[in-house]
Amino acid sequence: MTTVLVFFLILAAMTMIGAIGTVTARNVVHAALFLILSLLAVAGLFVLLLAEFLAIVQVLIYGGAITILLLFALMLTRARESTLKLDNNQRVIAFLATGAIFAALTVIFLLSDWPDPIQDPQRPGFTGIAEVLFQQWAIPFEVASLVLLIALIGAIVISRPGPEE
Amino acid sequence: MIAIEYYLVLGAALFAVGVYGVLVRRNAVLILMSIELMLQAVNINLLAFSTYLIPRGDTEQHLGFIFAIFVITIAAAEVGLALGIVLRIYRNRSSVNVDELNRMKW
Repeated sequence: MTTVLVFFLILAAMTMIGAIGTVTARNVVHAALFLILSLLAVAGLFVLLLAEFLAIVQVLIYGGAITILLLFALMLTRARESTLKLDNNQRVIAFLATGAIFAALTVIFLLSDWPDPIQDPQRPGFTGIAEVLFQQWAIPFEVASLVLLIALIGAIVISRPGPEE
Repeated sequence: MIAIEYYLVLGAALFAVGVYGVLVRRNAVLILMSIELMLQAVNINLLAFSTYLIPRGDTEQHLGFIFAIFVITIAAAEVGLALGIVLRIYRNRSSVNVDELNRMKW
């Protein structure tokens, strides 16, 4: 058991506990908190994969912005006051379907003949990612900013009360 | 470096849990959370492939990192827009349970 494997197993356990808690919690706010646990553990996995920039982005955007947005949505839709149950009655069939998906993917991954992993993979670092992103992928980067702008305007237009309300 | 299969199997498990959440949950916001879990699984796989399989000096260096950055960007836009839609549905129907939104069901 190398150190990396120990850290991987700890982070993987945290990720899966958070994920399973998110989809099974009886309380919507608990589901959001489990989601934060899962997202932070995934940020740790990004560090293990030599992507410290993406780990920071993950904590900032997912751990900060997206979970806060989800909590705001839960608050504004009064999800906690709802006494109805949170799950529909398809649990058994959904469990079977997802078990089949997981089994198929795992079998494919384990049976595939992967090329030998690189022994000393290059750590891209901040400058490496910046060079690739702003030289090779500059146009997609600008298009992504356009997508964000359109999503911003669209969200405002959709959620704004109309004249009849 | 541990074997790549660890990351791939973890990604598959996370994706399967996300699919379960999408299939089982009734509240639209909880479905969005499950979709976030699925996107996380995709990101783990992209980074694992990029780190393990692209050799040094390749012209597609760090391709998985770039993909992951774009996935995070699109996920942020998607959540913002989807929550706007959820709030509008709540205002119109007083409910965000997806099985009650059956007006267009044939």
